[in-house]
Amino acid sequence: MSRFLPWLFVALLTSVPLWLNDFYVLHVMITTGIFIIAAMSLNLLLGFTGQLSLGHVAFFGIGAYTSALVSLGFEVHLLPDFTVGLAPKPVWFAMLCAIVVAGLTGYAIGKLSFRVRGAYFVIVSISFAEVVRLVALNWVELTQGPMALNNIPALVLGADAFELSFLRKPAVYLLVLATAVACYVIIARLVNSRAGRAMIALRENESLAMSVGIDVTHYLVVATVVSAGIAGMAGALYTHYIRIVDPDIFLFIYTVTMVIMVITGGKGTLAGPIVGGALFGFVPEALRAMAIEPEVQWIIYGVLMVAVVYFLPRGIVPAIEHYMSGRKRSPAPAASEASQK
Amino acid sequence: MDQLVQHLLNATILGGTYALLGIGLTLIFGIMRLVNFTHGELYAFGAYCMYALVMLLGVNFFLALVLAMVLGAALGGAIELLLLSRLRGADIDTTMLVMIGAWIAMQNTEQFVWSGVAHSIANPFPAEPFVLGPLSVSWNRVYVFAIALLLIGATYYLVNRTRLGKAMRATFQDRDTAALMGIRIDRIHTATFALGSSLAAAAGALLGPVFVVAPTMGDLAASKAFAIVILGGLGNITGATLGGFILAFVEEIGAGYISSGYRDAMGFLLIILILLVRPTGLFAQKERIG
Repeated sequence: MSRFLPWLFVALLTSVPLWLNDFYVLHVMITTGIFIIAAMSLNLLLGFTGQLSLGHVAFFGIGAYTSALVSLGFEVHLLPDFTVGLAPKPVWFAMLCAIVVAGLTGYAIGKLSFRVRGAYFVIVSISFAEVVRLVALNWVELTQGPMALNNIPALVLGADAFELSFLRKPAVYLLVLATAVACYVIIARLVNSRAGRAMIALRENESLAMSVGIDVTHYLVVATVVSAGIAGMAGALYTHYIRIVDPDIFLFIYTVTMVIMVITGGKGTLAGPIVGGALFGFVPEALRAMAIEPEVQWIIYGVLMVAVVYFLPRGIVPAIEHYMSGRKRSPAPAASEASQK
Repeated sequence: MDQLVQHLLNATILGGTYALLGIGLTLIFGIMRLVNFTHGELYAFGAYCMYALVMLLGVNFFLALVLAMVLGAALGGAIELLLLSRLRGADIDTTMLVMIGAWIAMQNTEQFVWSGVAHSIANPFPAEPFVLGPLSVSWNRVYVFAIALLLIGATYYLVNRTRLGKAMRATFQDRDTAALMGIRIDRIHTATFALGSSLAAAAGALLGPVFVVAPTMGDLAASKAFAIVILGGLGNITGATLGGFILAFVEEIGAGYISSGYRDAMGFLLIILILLVRPTGLFAQKERIG
């Protein structure tokens, strides 16, 4: 039964455009879905390898900018007589580029920043995101700086005869859902593989993991590359849906939103980011509907974050699992929490 | 040449307040093993205290600085007692998340209370700058530099020469042994957080009249404090002092000769560069595992 439950859930979500005619709600579901994808990718680092990466929005933003620039085309003068340019490319190619560029950045950043751990790693990851934001803000020739990149092509996948257009919200919704399911499956496969067990081992005790022959940095970099690639994909989806991108996409507050989603849902669980993402995707809309000022919204965010750490330190999903297993009168095995579906 | 000397002078003066920010943060990290994300907000709090006291209540400019420091210490102590004292022994990620939550709530409370408009604070110094040959500095900045040096000196004295400082250093070296020696760790933690907060508030109260007071001013200050602390090694007071001056020089020279748009990126680039060249930090002695 529990094997079919996730697929039932996906089927239910797939049917949403058939009976829901409210485009505003659909819009909220699309942006929430994109953030859930990003939160899932963060969970791979934060939950499974135990590294608190607070620069995650950089991968999201790099994906967004790469996809926007490749699909729009660009020309920059690196030196007075040396110009790099690119003619506009189709959107599917741009999105592939986004995944690759974000993944490569993840590789470089992983190699660089996993020389340090703990507090140092956190600060390095923040610094990295801030540098990228300032580059996006100041390299006006490439990114238009604060003027933003406009008129980004809408989602059109495939070419010529096999062209699939995602101009309408229901179609975008289904594309986001399909991407989310694909990312979920990729992460689930990775986490339950040998590499995933290595990651969990190094989260639990890095010295011990090293002593049994796990190449810690290698697995951390692998996790970062996969995580960055998925975040880049989410960024690309976002940019072609919203069709405008400016340097504010790199703001620290977006990383914080992703972190809150993962922590609230339950880090290190596959369902955690989905639960947390859905919650924090809809809560701001609900607060906005109650006409609460944005500052108060953020104050509530901050207080919620503190409250979650105090009262639900392991997150919603593990708390529910604990409750369920308690009702079945079976001893709750603490170690299995990481691999639960 | 004159331009270079002027840049160096500006950097020295800026470096004083940077060092002040860095010392507060590094003390808190060293003793409490806590990455204090609210540091920038305490800086902003100091600046807002100054604004409220001087511009709204008409308190004396110099007295207002002292009051801002006292209020900063009180707020820091309150945060420590309310949020952190119950998380003693929790891992570094947990406390970091609590501090991020507190930071978001504090910043938006500031924005809510004071609105997003930037305020300026009048200062009692003569408007014409202090001129020395081709160089010129405003009197306000000279005052800021002098007070910053005084506070840095006082912190050194407190940490190295007093009984409280000795207890702090003992806690830093080995928390459990210090507790066994009869040091009341809880009080040391509260005192350290209050001291660090007070220094941040002082930096804000000093720089508020130089620049303007705005709700997001804390973010930039926090990011600089982090860069300084990474430069000097977490928990290293001398490192933080030197780090403050180094960051100021790099920023000033970078903004003057490379591009002023990247001024605030210099600190971050410096962090990344240091990790590439010397991952153990400029002044760190031990392995960095956090």
